[in-house]
Amino acid sequence: MTARTAQLKKNNHVRRSFGDQVINVVTYIVYAIFAFVCVYPFYYLVINSISANNLSERGKVLFYPMEIHFKNYENLGQIPGLTDAALMSVYRTVAGTLLTVIVAAFLGYMFTRNTLWKRKLWYRFVVITMYFNAGIIPWYLAMKTLGMTNNFLGYILPTCIQPFYIILCKTFCESIPPALQDAAEIDGAGTLRIFFSIMLPVIKPILATIAIFAAVNQWNAFQDTLLLMRDKKLHTLQFVLYQYITQASSLKSVISSSSTSSSIAAALATSATATSIRMTVTVVVVFPVMMIYPFFQRFFTKGIMIGAVKG
Amino acid sequence: MEKPNRRINYKKRRSYQEFLYILPFLILVALFSYFPLYGWRYAFHDYRPPLPITSENYVGFKWFNYIISNPTRVKDILRVLRNTFAMSGISLLFSWFPMIFAVFLNEIRCKPYRKFVQTVTTLPNFISWVLVFSVAFNLFGSFGAVNSILQELGWISKPISFLKSSENVWFRMWLWLTWKNAGWAAIIYLASITGIDEQMMEAAKVDGATRMQIIWNITIPSILPTFFVMVMMNIASFLNNGMEQYYVFQNAFNQDAIEVLDLYVYNIATSGTGNYPLSTAISMLKSVVSVVLLCGANGISKLIRGETFV
Repeated sequence: MTARTAQLKKNNHVRRSFGDQVINVVTYIVYAIFAFVCVYPFYYLVINSISANNLSERGKVLFYPMEIHFKNYENLGQIPGLTDAALMSVYRTVAGTLLTVIVAAFLGYMFTRNTLWKRKLWYRFVVITMYFNAGIIPWYLAMKTLGMTNNFLGYILPTCIQPFYIILCKTFCESIPPALQDAAEIDGAGTLRIFFSIMLPVIKPILATIAIFAAVNQWNAFQDTLLLMRDKKLHTLQFVLYQYITQASSLKSVISSSSTSSSIAAALATSATATSIRMTVTVVVVFPVMMIYPFFQRFFTKGIMIGAVKG
Repeated sequence: MEKPNRRINYKKRRSYQEFLYILPFLILVALFSYFPLYGWRYAFHDYRPPLPITSENYVGFKWFNYIISNPTRVKDILRVLRNTFAMSGISLLFSWFPMIFAVFLNEIRCKPYRKFVQTVTTLPNFISWVLVFSVAFNLFGSFGAVNSILQELGWISKPISFLKSSENVWFRMWLWLTWKNAGWAAIIYLASITGIDEQMMEAAKVDGATRMQIIWNITIPSILPTFFVMVMMNIASFLNNGMEQYYVFQNAFNQDAIEVLDLYVYNIATSGTGNYPLSTAISMLKSVVSVVLLCGANGISKLIRGETFV
């Protein structure tokens, strides 16, 4: 930094006009409100899920937890189907993410290979699918024909080829010095060998970004369960939560069976209510995203930035 | 086919071999993205789910005519189009919001505070619509935080059922959409603000420009191209609101105002007897219009900026 700019910075600090200061204060307050609006709902759910259920049900827990207990979380295991739904969510997230990332990496790499027969044509063939959509019913009927309904593969196969991720990978591969591949080629490495031994380790950063995006998408997916999966065994957490909120009957059996405590007051505070279950499950479903997001924020940000550069 | 010529053949063989490697994936694309298009033929048949479509139940453009000739359908379609236009219109009208959000966020000098605001406002983008709905349900339900506070303050005597009313549904849906997306959409503007030449800013400061003047004359003009691209993308997806948000928020009270095209094609196929052909016909028309909009927006972009975004 030159002396001049340092001087300027200093001046700037001292000589702030009154108008500038007003803007400053207003900006701080407005953004505090924005932040509050984004944080409070989650905070509200968390404090309610650990407060006395008879209070949270009547909307009495607003700013801090009251009569803290963790029964709601302990009782989650007793809700029929919830553990299975959680496992299903985890399975599909893991399987779906792995597949999506591998496909994106491989196709992204292959589309940089000049030797590939009709490379441009196939690249367009894949990328153009971003811009059209058959519609929900034709899609559903096609998936049915392909046997994707009530089938775990229905979660991972239809979404595994994401043109956007492929573009990201291709762009990244193109930025890597071709000498690296050439050297391997001279040494007699084949296409696949170059991919697995040379390119895959080098493009790891972009794969991390893609993995995070794919994982969040898989975890959050709701529509495919709604359309394709009748079978209860395949229902995910998102879907089960939706049912808990919209179908009061889905929770009735759970609530009636759980109040077995000896004292009535204790039972009121800790026995499951529809509200307590909804809030607790919501916290459980949000939790993984909340936990990974702050740590992986730079990956997310990188993703959108590279995406902004046209593929 | 060809005469054996080793050197050329080696290259050829390799290029075919590489094609074979990607062939399985191309087949997947064909099956999952192109094959559904073949389902458009359902729009030309009197199709009832268990029965196959045959040449006997071929009805030509019956369903397309039905959209414009059946009075109740016409009313429905107009209502749904009105909702779609209203919601996309509001989004388009307020598409400057993320930009302004980014501009003023960038004015915050305290870096930890800025980072904190940025992190927490982008977070809602990564939760699903089901979770957003759950948040809404718990906060705005009869015994939720909002009603509690309002009652405590004595502003209302009875809880308001926010979610079970059709009042301002369009605007409220926009608010939820903004709550979820604005922070995320701002990131792209924040990045283009970082790209602005520092010297320009300094020169302005030396000349005694106030912060508002710098924002108005330097920052905003510098990020207008990004804004323009975003607006064009908004226009291109004018009809594609997606159905998830509206699906989770819909109920008997607000359905008339909340049903957008994407939700409508789902609802007519799944409710009652389930009219698959009609739903398909409407999706078809929607897809065609969407492609036209995309090309149009892209064309405008090329005309004005000399650059396409597709």
